Amino acid sequence: MTLNQQRKLKTLITGLLAWFVALLLFFPIFWMFLTSFKTELQAISVPPTLFFEPTLDNYKIVQERSDYLLHAMNSVVTSFGSTFIALIIAIPAAYSMAFFPSKRTKDILLWMLSTKMLPAVGVLVPIYILFRNNGLLDSRTGLIIIFTLMNLPIIIWMLFSYFKDLPKEILEAARMDGATPWDEMVKVVLPLSIGGIASTGLLSIILCWNEAFWSLNLTASNAAPLTAMIASYSSPEGLFWAKLSAASTMACAPIVVFGWFCQKQLVQGLTFGAVK
Amino acid sequence: MKSLSKNTIACAVSLATAITTANAFADTQITVATVNNGHMIEMQKLTPDFEKANPGIKVKWVTLEESVLRQNVTQDIANKSGLYDVMTIGMYEAPIWGQRGWLQPIDASGSYDEKDILPSIRSGLSYKGTLYAAPFYGESSMVMYRKDLVKAAGMKISDHDSWDHIRDVAKAINDPKKGIYGICLRGKAGWGDNMALVTTMANSFGGRWFDEKWKPEINSPEWKKAVSFYVDLLGKYGPPGASSNSFNENLALFNEGKCGIWIDATIAASFVTDPKQSKVADKVAFAQTPYEVTKKGSNWLWAWALAVPVATKHEAAAQKFVRWATSKDYIKLVAKNEGWASVPTGTRESTYENPNFQKAAVFASAELKAIKSADPEDSTLKPSPYVGVQFASIPEFQAIGTTTGQMISGALAGAMTVDQALNNAQKAAERQMRQAGYY
Amino acid sequence: MKRSITRLLMAPSVIMLLVWMIVPLSMTIYFSTIRYNLLYPGQNRFVGLMNYEFFVTDPGFITAVANTLILLLSALVITVVLGVMLSALIDKPFFGRSIVRVLLISPFFIMPTVNALIWKNMMMNPVYGIFAWISESLGLQPIDWLGTYPLMSVIIMVSWQWLPFAILVFVTALQSQDTEQKEAAQMDGATGWHIFRYLTIPHLARPIAVVVMIETIFLLAVFAEIFVTTGGGPGYASTNLAYLIYNQALLQYDVGVASAGGLFAVLLANIVAFFLIRAVGKNLTV
Repeated sequence: MTLNQQRKLKTLITGLLAWFVALLLFFPIFWMFLTSFKTELQAISVPPTLFFEPTLDNYKIVQERSDYLLHAMNSVVTSFGSTFIALIIAIPAAYSMAFFPSKRTKDILLWMLSTKMLPAVGVLVPIYILFRNNGLLDSRTGLIIIFTLMNLPIIIWMLFSYFKDLPKEILEAARMDGATPWDEMVKVVLPLSIGGIASTGLLSIILCWNEAFWSLNLTASNAAPLTAMIASYSSPEGLFWAKLSAASTMACAPIVVFGWFCQKQLVQGLTFGAVK
Repeated sequence: MKSLSKNTIACAVSLATAITTANAFADTQITVATVNNGHMIEMQKLTPDFEKANPGIKVKWVTLEESVLRQNVTQDIANKSGLYDVMTIGMYEAPIWGQRGWLQPIDASGSYDEKDILPSIRSGLSYKGTLYAAPFYGESSMVMYRKDLVKAAGMKISDHDSWDHIRDVAKAINDPKKGIYGICLRGKAGWGDNMALVTTMANSFGGRWFDEKWKPEINSPEWKKAVSFYVDLLGKYGPPGASSNSFNENLALFNEGKCGIWIDATIAASFVTDPKQSKVADKVAFAQTPYEVTKKGSNWLWAWALAVPVATKHEAAAQKFVRWATSKDYIKLVAKNEGWASVPTGTRESTYENPNFQKAAVFASAELKAIKSADPEDSTLKPSPYVGVQFASIPEFQAIGTTTGQMISGALAGAMTVDQALNNAQKAAERQMRQAGYY
Repeated sequence: MKRSITRLLMAPSVIMLLVWMIVPLSMTIYFSTIRYNLLYPGQNRFVGLMNYEFFVTDPGFITAVANTLILLLSALVITVVLGVMLSALIDKPFFGRSIVRVLLISPFFIMPTVNALIWKNMMMNPVYGIFAWISESLGLQPIDWLGTYPLMSVIIMVSWQWLPFAILVFVTALQSQDTEQKEAAQMDGATGWHIFRYLTIPHLARPIAVVVMIETIFLLAVFAEIFVTTGGGPGYASTNLAYLIYNQALLQYDVGVASAGGLFAVLLANIVAFFLIRAVGKNLTV
C-alpha cells in the first residue's frame, strides 16, 4: 500500500466511524420525528414499527387543540428579545472589563457567574410574589426580564473572553488617533467581534427557547411559550406518544432548523479565547 | 431627532392603550385551567357551543399535564393572583381549599339539579355541606381482565375476589416468554400513582394512614402485609419495569395485549374497549376490586371538578361556565357529537339511567357499582380522622403520600426491603406532621 | 476620567445582577426563618433555624447531595472525554463532514423536557422501548433502565444533551490548532496518538476549562430530566438537591423549608465552584 492509499483508507475509516456515531446520537430525534407520523397504536407496538403508512393526524390534532402560532410567537419574542437586551447590557461591561481590567475584574466576573447558582426552584416563590405584585405574571415582559437576567452572566463572560483575544495593536493605533473609549468600542471593537457576538447571541437564544421552569410557572394563557405547549401533551390519561411526538417536533423544529443554519456561525464564534 | 423619538414613543403608547382598552370592552374573557385528559379536551372543543349560548363571554384555555397544573393552580390560588377564573381541581384539593375560603361555593340552584350528582362524589367535593367544586367526571377503580386468557388458564374472576385468588389467576396466566404478564398494577411513585392503588390495598388489609390522633400508621402490621403482598405479586407476575409504570404505561401494555389482569381507574374501561386504540377490545371483562379483610376502601374514588377561585374578577361568567360544563345538557351535547360511549361519566345518576348510555358503554354498571360503593367519609376498618379513600384530605398528605410512594417503588425495584421502606415512610410522615404542628 | 467611563459601562450589568441577586436572596433568607406554608396562610411566625434543621435532617438529604455530585462529575467526564474524541474524529475532512457535524450537535437544540420524554418513553421503556427491542433481538433480558439504574439513566440523558455543546466548543478550538506544527511532528515520525496527546490535548486545556465551568452551572441544577422520568426515585435513588427542594416547594408548598434548601444549594454550588476554579482556574481567562 502506498502512503496515499493508506491515507485514503484512514479517511474512509474515520468517516465511517464519525457517521456511525453521528447517526447513533441523532437517532432519538429521528425516532421522535418518525413516531409523530404514526398512530398511537403503532407508536407503542412491539417490535417497533419501522415501515408504516404515515399519517398527519397527530399534527392536525395539535393544530386544533393548541394555538401553536401564539406559543411560537411567545417563544420567539421572549428568546430573541431577552437576548437582544442582554447583549446591549453585556457588551459595554465585557468591553470595559476586557480592555480596562482592574484588580477586581476577576472577582466581579466570578461573582456574576455565581448569581446563576441559586437554584430556580428555591427562589420560585419570591419571584412569583414579586411578579404578581408588579403585574408581570403571564406577560412576555416578565419572561423577558427573567431570561435576560438568567443569561446575562454567561453572555458577559463569553464576550469578555472574545474581546480579550482581539489583537491589541489595532486598539492602540485607534487610541493614538485620539479615539475615546466609546468610539473605540463602537467603531473598532464591535466590527471586529461580530462573529463572537453572534454566536453568544445564538447560544443565549437556544437556552431561552428551551427554558422550561420559569416559563411553566410564571405564565398561563397569554405568554406561554412552546415549552408550556409540551406540558399539555405529556402524560394525559390515555395513549399520547404519537401526539406528544408531533407536538415536540413542532416545538423543537424552529430552533433545530435555526441551529442548523447557524451552526457555521456557532462553530466560528464559540472560541472562549481559545484562538491564540 | 429627540422630539421625533419622543413622538414615536407617545404614539406607540397611545396605540397600545387603545388596543388593550378596545379588547377589554368587547368581551368578558375567562381563563380556564384544566388537565390534558380526553374529557377535558372534548370540553375545549365544545367551547363554541357555550360562547354561542352566552354572548359576551369568551373562553381561553390553559391545558396542562396533571402535576404541572396542580402546581400552577395552587400557586395561583394561595397567592391570590387571579390568573385563572375557572380551575380544574381534584377531590383532594376541593375540601381543603373550601375550608380556607379560597373557592366560591358552586351555584347549584334550579335546573342544575344538584340532587342528581352521585352522593359519594358530592360529599367528596364539599366542605361542611357546601359544594365547592362541580364534578366534571368521576372515577373509581375496578378489575379489568382478559376473559380469553383467564378462561384458557381454567380460572375465573368474579366481583370482590380475594387478593389471594387474584394472585393465583395472575400466576396461571403469566407467560413472559410469550410476552404476557399476569398482572399490571401501578408502580410509579406518586400519591396519585402507585399510592392510589396501594392505599386501597392497605385499606382492604385493615390499615389506615393515620389513627384518630393523627399519628401515621404506615408501618403497622396491616400495611406491611398489604405492601409485601403487592411487591411479591407485582414483582413475580408483573411486567419488567413495573416500578415506573402508572396509568398510561399500563394502558399501553394492556392495549398491546400484554397484561392478563389490570386493576386501575374505571375511566380506562372506555379506552380498553375502543377498537381504535386497543388490540384486545373484544376480549375484556370487568369485575369489582378484590379485598382481604374488609371491602371498605378497597376501591378508590376520585373526581375532576371545576371550581371558581375567590380571586376571579369575572365570577358570574365563571359560574355560568361551570354550570354549563357540568350540566346534564352538556352530557347530552357530548353524546350528540361523539356518541354515548364517550360522555364524561361518574358524576350524575341520570347518565347511568339513560338507556342509550347503558347500551353504548359495556362498563356502565360495573363503574356505577364501584363509585357508589366508595365512601370517602368511611373508608377504613378502624376509624380514621380524615376524608378520602386513597388519600387523606389534609395539606400534608401530598408530601407524605409521595414520599411513601417513593419508598414503596424502591421496595418494588428491589432497592430496599418492604420493612425498610415502610419504616422510612413512617419516619418521614411523623416528621411532616410534627412540622405541621399536629402534635 | 477613563476610570469613570469604564465604571459607567459596567454599571447596568452590575446593578441589574446585584438587584437580581439581592432581592430574591434577601427574600429567601427572610422566608427561610419563618414558618411559611402556602396552604396555611397567615401563620408566618419566626422559627429561627428550624427550617434549616428540617431540610438538613431530611432522610433523603445525604443521598441528594451525593447524587448531585455524582451526576455532575459523571456527566462532566462523559461529555468532556467523548467530546474531545469526537471533535478530534471530525477534525479532518471526510465525506459529508458538515452533515455529520449537524447531526452531532442537534441534541443540544432539543428541550430538556422533550429530551427526557423521548428517552423515557421511546428508548428506555423495558417493554416497547428501542433498547428493550435490541436486547430481546439479541436474546437478552430487557433492562428496566429507570427502575434499576435510575441515576445512570438521568446521566445518560443529561450527557446526550450536553455532549454536543462540548463538541461545538472543541471543534472550534481545534480549527485554530497549528497545522504546521502537526505536520512537522508527523515528519519527525510522531504517531497519531502522540500528536493527540502532546499537541491536541494541551491545546484544548482552555476550552475544556470553559466547558467544565459552563456545564457545572447547568448540571448542578438538573431538574426537568428527573421530574419527567424518575420523579427522584425509586426511593431516593435519583433525587438531587434541586429535586429535593422542589419536593418542599411545590409538593408540600413549604416555602420556608424550600428557601432554606435553596440557600443550602447556593452554598454547595459555591463550594463546588471554588474547587473547580482552583482545579481548572489557571486555564480560564478570568
